[in-house]
Parts: sequence; C-alpha cells; structure tokens
Amino acid sequence: MKYETQKVALPYFYGALALFGVQLLVGLLAGIVYVMPNTLSELLPFNILRMIHTNALIVWLLMGFFGAAYYLIPEEAERELHSPKLAYIQFGLFMFGALAAVVGYVFRIHEGREFLEQPMWIKVAIVVVALMFLYNISLTVLKGRRTVITNILVMGLWGIAIFFLFSFYNPTNLSLDKMYWWYVVHLWVEGVWELVMASILAFLMIKMTGVDREIVEKWLYAIVGLALFSGLLGTGHHYYWIGTPGYWQWIGSLFSTLEVAPFFFMVVFAVQMVLKGGRNHPNKAALLWSVGCAVTAFLGAGVWGFLHTLSWVNYYTHGTQVTAAHGHLAFFGAYAMINLAIFSYAMPHLRGVAPYHQTLNKASFWLMTGGMTVMTFALTFAGVVQVHLQRVMGMDYMSVQEQIAPFYWVRLAAGAAVFIGAALYLYALLGPVPASKRTPAAGAMQPAE
Amino acid sequence: MTERFTKAAARNIFYGGSLFFFAAFVSLTALSHIYVVETGTDHKGITEGVARGKHVWEKHSCINCHSIMGEGAYFAPELGNVWIRYGGDKDPDGARVALKGWMQAQPSGIEGRRQMPQFNLNEQELNDLADFFEWTSRVNTQNWPPKVSG
Repeated sequence: MKYETQKVALPYFYGALALFGVQLLVGLLAGIVYVMPNTLSELLPFNILRMIHTNALIVWLLMGFFGAAYYLIPEEAERELHSPKLAYIQFGLFMFGALAAVVGYVFRIHEGREFLEQPMWIKVAIVVVALMFLYNISLTVLKGRRTVITNILVMGLWGIAIFFLFSFYNPTNLSLDKMYWWYVVHLWVEGVWELVMASILAFLMIKMTGVDREIVEKWLYAIVGLALFSGLLGTGHHYYWIGTPGYWQWIGSLFSTLEVAPFFFMVVFAVQMVLKGGRNHPNKAALLWSVGCAVTAFLGAGVWGFLHTLSWVNYYTHGTQVTAAHGHLAFFGAYAMINLAIFSYAMPHLRGVAPYHQTLNKASFWLMTGGMTVMTFALTFAGVVQVHLQRVMGMDYMSVQEQIAPFYWVRLAAGAAVFIGAALYLYALLGPVPASKRTPAAGAMQPAE
Repeated sequence: MTERFTKAAARNIFYGGSLFFFAAFVSLTALSHIYVVETGTDHKGITEGVARGKHVWEKHSCINCHSIMGEGAYFAPELGNVWIRYGGDKDPDGARVALKGWMQAQPSGIEGRRQMPQFNLNEQELNDLADFFEWTSRVNTQNWPPKVSG
C-alpha cells in the first residue's frame, strides 16, 4: 500500500463481504424452498427471499466496486484520495441504506419492480451516495496522474450512476416500463459494469504479472470497445417479446452474439499476461481469482448467454430455468469473482502483511467455482426439460416443475458447497494472520510499471 | 497485438465507436417508444383500473415469484397470458370470477406444493388486477409464448 488513504477501501470490503454472506444465506434458503416449498411460506414468502437475494448481490458488488476504486485510484493517480472523510461518510450512508432496505423487505416495504424494489427514499439515497463517490474519485483522478485504467473505471462508474436514473421512471404502460427498466439492468451488467470489471482486471494484471503498462492499456481499450459496441445494441435481446418492434429480433440476435467477444478476449488477455509476465508474484490466490474470473465470466456471460440469445432459440427458452442458469454463472463469474480477486489482492496490503492463508483461499476458489458450475449445469438441464415439456408439448407450469424437481436438489447441494466455500474464503481473508506472514513481502510492496 | 495498432488508435476507436453505437441505440429505442404507444400496445386503453392494477402488481411484488412476458422470477407461472389461459378472451366475466376465486383461495396449504401468500386484496384491487392482466394479454408479443401454458 503506497498511499495512506487507500485504507478507505477496508470498510467497503468488510461491508461487501457481510452482504455477500446475507446473499448466500438467503439464496440457500430460497434453494430449500424450491425442494421443500412449505418452508417459511407464511413468514418469508419466496418473493421476499428473492428480493433480498438479488438486492444483496447488487449492493455488495457495488460496494466492492466502490472499495476497489478507492483502493486502486490513489495508486494509479499517484496521490492521496481527495477526501477520505467523505468516503467514510459515504460508506456509512450506503451501508445504512442497504440494511434498512433488507429489514424493510422483511416487513413487505418495497416498490415491487424486479431488482429496483428499493423504496423511493433509498433510491434517492443511492443517488446521493453515488454523487459523493463520483465527486471524490473524479477530483482525485483530475488532480493526479491519468491512466487508461482510471479513465475507463471512472467512465464506468459515472455510467452506473447515470443509467440508475432510469429507475425513477415508471410509466403505466407495462411495455414502456420494461423497455426503460432494461436501461438500468442491461446497460449496467452488459455495459458499464464491464468497464469497471475490465479496468480492475487490467490493474490486477499490471500489478501481478509485471507486463508493461502500454500493452495492458491497449488490451483494455480493445476489450471495453468490444463490450460497448456489442452490448449497447445487444440490449435488443430483451426487446423480442415485450411489445416492442420485430426488428429487435435480428438486431438483438446479431449484436448479443458479438457480446461473447469481449469476454473471450478477457480470457486471452489474462492468460497471455500471466504467461508473458516475468513476475513471480507471491499472491497466487489473487492471481487464481483473476484468471478464474475471466474464464468463468466467459463461460457464464459469454457461452451461457449465447446459448439462449438468438431470437428463434429465445422464443422457447425465454423466462425458463435456462435464464436462471445463465444469470447465476454470469453474475458469479464476471462480477462476484472480480470482487473476490481484488479483495484477495488488496487485503494483505491493507493489513500490512505478506499474502496469507493462500492454500485456504485457493481451496475456497475451487469449492465456490465448482459449486457454481454444478449449479449452472443443474439449472440448464432443468431448463431444457422445462422448454420441451412446457413450450413444445404445452404441459402446464406446475406439472412441469414436478418433473424437474430432482434438478433442484442438485442445485441445493451445489449451493451448499458454494456456501461452505464462501465461509472458507471469509476466514482466509479476515482470519488471524500466521506469525510467519506478519511482515510484508518485499516483492509485493513494489508496484510494477 | 501488433505495433501498428497503437494505444492512441485503440482509444479513438473505443470513444468514437461507443458514441456511435450509443446514438444508434438511443435512436432505435426512440422509434420503439413510438411503436409501443401506437402499435405494440393498446396505449389509449390504459384505463384507471389498468393503471391501478399495475400498482397492485408492484405493491405485492408478484414479479419476484411469477414472470410477466417472460421477465421476473421463474418460481411461479407466467402471467402475461394468464387472461387467455383463464379463457378471458372468450368469456371475460368467467375469467374474472375465476381469477378472484383463485386469489382468495391462497395459500392452498398443500404439503409439498409451492405456496402463494394471501394478499387480502379487496374487491376493487381484485378487479384492477384483472383489468391489468386483460390489458397485458393484448400486448403484441410477436406470438410469444409458444403455448398457452406460458
């Protein structure tokens, strides 16, 4: 850690990990409800569980992005953060809003639109928090050294705030509602979030592989260019069946097929950098998460996305367990793993020690990633059977669900593995540092350029 | 990457291309907005009941179990075409009565079956919800879903 104010990242990482725990706990519960439907059905019905599961996910990822930005921007800009105090206040406000939202959901206080369930005052608070954050990092970047990484990162983070504003627009026409709802949801996860992800990945590659910054930055521009060229019009794959024009079927099919490209090149990029880089960085766990992130994002977002994105395929798969399979692996691979990667990289620096609990951390990687993979296969098989029975044969929904019940047991078991993996990860990151690792490793302290 | 593909070139392609595709996307959604209002949906047919019904739908976050036009959770049946499934296109009154009856009979309490909560909707809310489903069933969804089962 080169700059004192990078420490601001710590509460963000802790907050993100706490909400990650909430997400998994509630996810596990929802997985149990799938196989034992009477569980808590009156106290905490499924819609509330899912609301908490998805909201906790989104908020912990955002909190991780904020923390990652606070960690890497001083190092990139080569100056202290503009206002650490503002960053702490921002954290307090954001964490309070997140917890208030979760507690509110339990008492059925919500606005009820998928993923945008936050009550109005929390939505406003999110905008305030975002403005505090953007002010703080933008000033830091403007006053300091500008790098491609900070440019792309800041651009992505501004995009997150700007597109969130569409959450305030809720027209009574359901089709219009859906059309602009995707301005938040799609342009986040298949647009500006990719900018954030790719810039964090590029930062990690520079630090851990020692490859020349020029090369990494060229790659970064190419990757985020592909992401936006494909992802913007790729929104069309959500406009097939919601009352929007038919031309989206070919635009959406074409451009969302191209959405595989940025994820493919992220894999090529990460693998090449690791092979080319002469550096033997001691934090092997962080390196594993970084490369694993690129690979799993390619599978979850790229391959599993392509699987059902062509309009003539999507006509049958839209809104089935195939969608759920894709959603789970894409979010985990692209956004959960990039966070877990930067946490693994930054924590030893923030705690002023050498990389610690490496074996445990790597074990947690395999358990979580393996669990998510099995879960994805289970849901994919469930989805394929569902498509055939419901969309081809015309069997009614609930009868089909009985047919695919065994897959939900597999999913639950896979979810339990992910949960155990996450517990290992938490200990590997937050647990006491062994005596032999209490002094920082010499190599790890010198940032590569 | 080759030397000819410089960082400056990569940067220019990124900013120029992104701007172009963003403009293309915004233009196409503007056209789609007009299409939705004029052709894709019965925009003039959004009565107060339909608008209130959409609010009932949101107030109880139905979308976090069900899906509507394929979007939502996948824990309970698709409702974009529930009006058709209940025969509302042929016998609107019958569908309305059946829908209300269903809502009022929840939860079933059957062991091993997914439970829908009792939302205690009053008569007007039930009618509004039915209006909303009726309106939604008339959206031009390009013939989706393939089967009436949703």
